[in-house]
Amino acid sequence: MQLYLPIAEVSVNAFVLLGLGGIVGFLSGLFGVGGGFLITPLLFFIGIPPAIAVATGANQVVASSVSGVLAQVKRKAVDFRMGLVLLAGGLVGSASGVWVFAWLTAKGQVDLFVQLSYVLFLGFIGLTMFAESARAMLRSKKPGGPIRRSHTHSWVHGLPFKVKFRVSGLYISVLPPLAVGAIVGFLAAIMGVGGGFIMVPAMIYLLGMPTKVVIGTSLFQIIFVTAFTTLMHAVTSNTVDMMLAILLILGGVIGAQLGAQLSGRLRAEQLRILLSLLVIGVAGKIALDLLLRPDELFSVTPGLLP
Amino acid sequence: MIRALILLLSLCLPLPAFAEEAIVAGLSQNRVSITADFDGSEILIYGAVKRDAPAQTDPPLHVIITVEGPPSPYTVRRKERRAGIWINTEAVQIDSAPSFYAVATTGFLIDILSETENLRHQITIPRAIRAVDISTQADQASDYVDAMIRIREAEDRYRLAERTVQLNEATLFRTDVVLPANLTEGSYRVRIFLTRGGMVVDHLERRINVRKEGLERFLFNLSREQPLAYGILSLLIAVAAGWGASTAFRLLKA
Repeated sequence: MQLYLPIAEVSVNAFVLLGLGGIVGFLSGLFGVGGGFLITPLLFFIGIPPAIAVATGANQVVASSVSGVLAQVKRKAVDFRMGLVLLAGGLVGSASGVWVFAWLTAKGQVDLFVQLSYVLFLGFIGLTMFAESARAMLRSKKPGGPIRRSHTHSWVHGLPFKVKFRVSGLYISVLPPLAVGAIVGFLAAIMGVGGGFIMVPAMIYLLGMPTKVVIGTSLFQIIFVTAFTTLMHAVTSNTVDMMLAILLILGGVIGAQLGAQLSGRLRAEQLRILLSLLVIGVAGKIALDLLLRPDELFSVTPGLLP
Repeated sequence: MIRALILLLSLCLPLPAFAEEAIVAGLSQNRVSITADFDGSEILIYGAVKRDAPAQTDPPLHVIITVEGPPSPYTVRRKERRAGIWINTEAVQIDSAPSFYAVATTGFLIDILSETENLRHQITIPRAIRAVDISTQADQASDYVDAMIRIREAEDRYRLAERTVQLNEATLFRTDVVLPANLTEGSYRVRIFLTRGGMVVDHLERRINVRKEGLERFLFNLSREQPLAYGILSLLIAVAAGWGASTAFRLLKA
């Protein structure tokens, strides 16, 4: 069934959109990432103009994150206090990211910068996470191996403004979560994504939060970051396509529920190794696009040079 | 009195080289509504040649029909390998290019249209793209225009369909032009040219109004006129859908 999208001004198959939303929603519920780093390239691929894809992708992430977070709340796997601290940092980072994005657009190399940051961040995070999870899996198979302590004390624990994060079982300073939130918000604004794929490993490895709580808390703060992004795009550049969003959302919320069900059954190491493989895959694809000679060297974009 | 005046006027006019030929034409529809299930549209363009003397046979009569979407400026970028990766380097600005352009003819353009007439009426696809002094913007600037045509032909936005206009008895002509599903809103210009020996003997212009209707119109207007309300509505839908799916699944499991 073909459907004409009023803002994107293209006609696409409705079932393709439902399917895309479903797949991304499923991964979102499974791993606690918003799925922005998947939905945006997939929308480019089916011919949606990039600006519309970025803005509408953010809108879809809001829905799948709401759906996913509700499933996590029931399992008491959301640390609201930690989420709010991360969000406070995130909004500051996001605002400065938007400013840098505008500056890069004026310079004319924003596409390249976005692609490079995808390769760099996704590649680094994916590889680190993969190596760590693989080690953890091997260790758990060997019965006599050394037992990993739940958290180790480091310089992070010497910082002031300590707060109890009961759900996470942490008593740490608010400064590291604020900084993590700000860095993620900044990168998220520049890369046009929610930032879950950066947030999740940062929470696990930098803040030492338990994996079960990480997913719900990450989804919780992604809702607000992407809602903010959606509104900004709708108001400043009119690039949110509601028709496109509704179809993606419909597929996405169902997929997110299924993903959340499955995530309860998989072990933490398995979840992490799967997410790392996915992240490495996306980074590899973008790296290949940059390295291989494209079929068409020219590209046409509407409008004149700024 | 009036009749005498017309007779006098017609005597003053120089004798035409060919018997006077004029186009009478119609379109199957002069408006296209883009609704949610819009999947392209087919326009029948038909007409006849009106003349006051028997048609001459040599040089033969030909018909060229163009359909042109609203024009806008474009930027064409070129990728080059720098430090191992392919990045956009040079860019050329196209002042104005139609969003859609289709040319249908009764014969091969090279035989039925002279270069001078093409220049005057801007009929072929390369002529429909207006790019002034692009040669100062990049080396081999014509490559950029060629690339734009190639890309848009692949997207079915630009189309040259030679020998797809039927012409009967050098009088009646008709053709179907398929408007693709990826249509831009606006006023589409339909031009019909009669040529003999490469020269345009008559031409005529019609308009097709392409407009979004119903839900498409409502959403488009809302996004432009009330962007904040539109954004909030999008978010509400997202939150409601997320909550709805979560509740539905809980009920399913219970």
